[in-house]
Amino acid sequence: MDWFLANFATTVFYALAGLAVAGAVGVITLRHPVHAALSLLGTFLAVAGLFVLQRAEFLAAVQILIYAGGVMVLFLFVIMLVNVKTLPNESQFLRRLAPVAGALGVLLAVLVGIGAWAATRTPPADPAPLVQVAGETLGNTEAVGWNLYRDYLLPFEVVSIVLLVAMIGAIVMGRKEVQGKEERP
Amino acid sequence: MIATSHYLVLSLVLFSLGVVGIVVRRNFITVLMCVELILNAANVNFIAFARQLGDLSGQVFAVFVITIAAAEAAIGLGIIVALVRLKRTVHLDQVSVMEG
Repeated sequence: MDWFLANFATTVFYALAGLAVAGAVGVITLRHPVHAALSLLGTFLAVAGLFVLQRAEFLAAVQILIYAGGVMVLFLFVIMLVNVKTLPNESQFLRRLAPVAGALGVLLAVLVGIGAWAATRTPPADPAPLVQVAGETLGNTEAVGWNLYRDYLLPFEVVSIVLLVAMIGAIVMGRKEVQGKEERP
Repeated sequence: MIATSHYLVLSLVLFSLGVVGIVVRRNFITVLMCVELILNAANVNFIAFARQLGDLSGQVFAVFVITIAAAEAAIGLGIIVALVRLKRTVHLDQVSVMEG
């Protein structure tokens, strides 16, 4: 118990990291898209927890609101809207690309190994505080807001245009064909 | 205290799983989910370095990444709806009209 309390942050990190990786493995292995989507939800929530651990409370809230609340609902909605019947014995994987995936997997596993080896050799750095703007101590949300609207105003406006274009594009692609126009084969 | 490198390794694992998923999965919807995994891995990196360097710019960029991810999901799912209307399938090997 003493060890647990002393290493609380470490324990939470490994629990959340394990959950995130398990969710990601579920996304690429589960057959049914709905199961994959719920697995992805686990990854999103675990990553939100990691954000809290890294003193990014605002982003953790945004992660849950946008990903778990918005993107995930969109995915599930489209899965149910499309509702393509999957035959039980139908493969969900592209067998032809299995060698490519195997090679990629080995390469990335080597990279992870090198990274883990380097991680054990690096002493933990003292993390700097994240709530100061111009020498004043604020909350995380307020500090992010100051940065966003003071230093990154132009990118913020550009990204709002990107969202607008994406919204119009999604509507145009998702609508039904205009009547009188012949549907393409 | 967890070192930043632990977060980088976790991010690498998530990114790798996303890449492998994009390569092997047949279902277009699942491939889009793997893209979301990759963007999440990028966010983990941004947050880890924001903490390490004590610079809030990393968190601001993560906000932008989340925005782009939402836009990408909306567009991708719009494409899926159009694709199903046209071809009645979400399997990527059945829509290789350009022989890619």
